[in-house]
Amino acid sequence: MQWEPIHKKNGTGPVAPNLGDYDRVRSEFSWVSARAALDGLPGGDGLNIAHEAVDRHAAGPRAGHTAIRWIARSGAVRDISYAELRTLTSRFANALKGLGVAKGERVFALAGRVPELYVAALGTLKAGSVFCPLFSAFGPEPIKSRMTLGSARVLVTTTALYRRKVEPMRAELPELRHVILIDGDGSVPGTLGFAALTADAGDAFAIAPTDPEDMALLHFTSGTTGRPKGAIHVHGAIVAHHATARLALDLHPEDVFWCTADPGWVTGTSYGIIGPLSVGVTLLVDEEEFDAERWYRTLQDQKVTVWYTAPTAIRMMMKLGIEPIRGFDTSSLRFLASVGEPLNPEGVVWGVEAFGLPFHDNWWQTETGGIMIANYAAMDIRPGSMGKPLPGIEAAVVERLDDGGVRVIDEPDREGELALRPGWPSMFRGYLNEEERYAKCFAGGWYLSGDLARRDADGYFWFVGRADDVIKSAGHLIGPFEVESALMEHPAVAEAGVIGKPDPVAMEVVKAFVALKPGFEAGEPLRRELLGHCRKRLGAAVAPREIDFLKDLPRTRSGKIMRRLLKARELGLPEGDTSTLESGT
Amino acid sequence: MTEDEIRAAVLAALTGVAPDIEDETVDPATPFRDQFDFDSMDLLNFAIALHRSLGVEIPEIDYPKVASLEGCLGYLSGKLQDA
Repeated sequence: MQWEPIHKKNGTGPVAPNLGDYDRVRSEFSWVSARAALDGLPGGDGLNIAHEAVDRHAAGPRAGHTAIRWIARSGAVRDISYAELRTLTSRFANALKGLGVAKGERVFALAGRVPELYVAALGTLKAGSVFCPLFSAFGPEPIKSRMTLGSARVLVTTTALYRRKVEPMRAELPELRHVILIDGDGSVPGTLGFAALTADAGDAFAIAPTDPEDMALLHFTSGTTGRPKGAIHVHGAIVAHHATARLALDLHPEDVFWCTADPGWVTGTSYGIIGPLSVGVTLLVDEEEFDAERWYRTLQDQKVTVWYTAPTAIRMMMKLGIEPIRGFDTSSLRFLASVGEPLNPEGVVWGVEAFGLPFHDNWWQTETGGIMIANYAAMDIRPGSMGKPLPGIEAAVVERLDDGGVRVIDEPDREGELALRPGWPSMFRGYLNEEERYAKCFAGGWYLSGDLARRDADGYFWFVGRADDVIKSAGHLIGPFEVESALMEHPAVAEAGVIGKPDPVAMEVVKAFVALKPGFEAGEPLRRELLGHCRKRLGAAVAPREIDFLKDLPRTRSGKIMRRLLKARELGLPEGDTSTLESGT
Repeated sequence: MTEDEIRAAVLAALTGVAPDIEDETVDPATPFRDQFDFDSMDLLNFAIALHRSLGVEIPEIDYPKVASLEGCLGYLSGKLQDA
């Protein structure tokens, strides 16, 4: 079905959009002028994310403005001003120095959305160390592989998460020197208590000179094959975090901004911490997970003005219908945005019905560090489209050529791989210790995203699918290899193939196909055992939701499991070219 | 239906969704998410399993009410009494 564009009546909103005229702003934009909107470290000592996000506001008229409004699960509210946030993050930075944590060393976090997580993130950046967030629902294996690959020096977590997921494998993390427990008092062996550690540290911290190319953040993501990849981001990324928060999310300093993403993923860091604070807004943080009524009450009571959420959450709200919203006053909202996977047109339009505003979908990845393509407050929306490239971003649809180069597809509406011209400030600078995999992301002067897309005649981009086998579930990328490896660790499993099975709410769910070793019997008891085995190792966020048994798995002649064929069979689609398939399967 | 029967059905639904917790003790007051990393999809499957075994339809808006053992038992006994 063809969806009517949503026309914007410019000049009718409560504030003038930062990006009023797309073509004009785009033609006038430069990253040099975007950099000039930031302060830089005093004395011309470079650029540090924490200074732009916290200290510069704390030193000026916004010192008393609420930086973070935290809502505890109980509903209790704690406000942290920019001045207080400066003190808290300075103490954490001093504590790291006191522990001998050096510049460039990695500080990992594994925690729910509690104030200490935000303090640790920004304090780490102040200290010149590298912040690496992990999703707290990861199981021990994803945690161990990421901490090992990232050479974790410090871990900030909670007593419960430590006891359950890290303590049993602590001996396997020889590089990990300090574990700081947010709710700890030092009584758990081998750990430090957050409160005591930071209480003893000084209130003032002068950020050391920071080169814009110094490593600041490490975000792990998943590929089709092999281990997770640690995407490196630098302090200079703040130029893009700040500019895109203003242009794509239309953030103004007086906004109350709610990003529902968890800091365990890149959205929850770039736009759940850094970008909005750099603009000087009040950042709303809710400790609780999705709960529709609680969310509507939060929008109402906290007078949220800009809301950045995810398609999975939007679709869950859609299933509940409009009725539950009617009891709440959400009229303070003025801009809604969505990211994680493409938002279907029904979701875009449902925003109008439910909140009087459409959802503005946008597109970016862990590797891009910030929003690259977006629908804007002052630009008409074509429901289902990811919008147009940000000012400063050159995007194209390309095809890979046999000689290793690429060809830009200029004809409209042709499918190809979505590519970006390198050079924007928040572009990843490498996969940690994986030069070759990094180099593979570039060809012919383009960064190749791995997403398939098309561009229409008017320049709007449309998501088509993934170019590889990576699974997109509830806004998270899941590498099939990581799941297959966990299954292969089970004594009954001979081979395993993992795909993303389409799901109306989560976009895809992880589904595994398993062939058993001789002597094992397929059936419900073993299926449950394998599900439990995976959940224990990988955590619920990564483990398969479904397992099917097969006699054997389709493989190419070179021995690779054909996930695409498994997926085609699952969907009842034509199996396509199977000429490379091993005979007999 | 007795309280013990409801409890048994709830535990069966719980371990059906998350077989990894079969040997663990469930703390009644702590949300499943904090104990077993239950996410929204797990809750959905949990509610479907309860509907199947107990015949109680749990509207999605009520999912937060069944997100811990204590909450779930209270919610279900109320529902089953009403029926």
